[in-house]
Amino acid sequence: MQLARVLGSVVATEKARGLEGVRFLVIQPLDKSQQPRGGTVVAADAVHMAGPGELVYYVSSREAAEALPVRFVPVDHAIVGIVDDVHLGVDS
Amino acid sequence: MVGKVVGTVVSTINIPLLDEHRLLLCDVHDIDGRPDGYTIAIDVVDAGMGDTVLILDEGNSARQILGRDWGAIRAVVVGVVDELVIDGELRSAS
Repeated sequence: MQLARVLGSVVATEKARGLEGVRFLVIQPLDKSQQPRGGTVVAADAVHMAGPGELVYYVSSREAAEALPVRFVPVDHAIVGIVDDVHLGVDS
Repeated sequence: MVGKVVGTVVSTINIPLLDEHRLLLCDVHDIDGRPDGYTIAIDVVDAGMGDTVLILDEGNSARQILGRDWGAIRAVVVGVVDELVIDGELRSAS
């Protein structure tokens, strides 16, 4: 799982079967110091509560689809939690 | 893979599967012990800050460890490394 910041949302009425009711958000992956790393990606919101500006963590690859109610849907990033706090040690 | 626990992630809103687990922020190390990215992993061994750990990053194995048939989990801290020796050279010791 990796950290990301939610930048915005994606609205799509026509979607692949199994994706009905799934929200999609544009997220910016972050490094551990919460600085942007790489390009933005679209992720399904498995917690149904993430919104723009929030710090979240997401899972990629096959496991992303397992976060959603219908399994084996074509999704490769899913937000699985909203971050309250990140505690980093002094030497990191 | 081998990594080092450098932090913790606190989260109250998450998928139900993650409710009962601690999340550790771990640097992932390359063969020479240099940080090579990071991952947020579920802790099942009570690893602590600064520990060198063994991280599993594969979904089916992760679900097997947690005794589940399905779920969005992939990275799990599965061991605390006591000693790491590469080419006869001690790279890490607790």
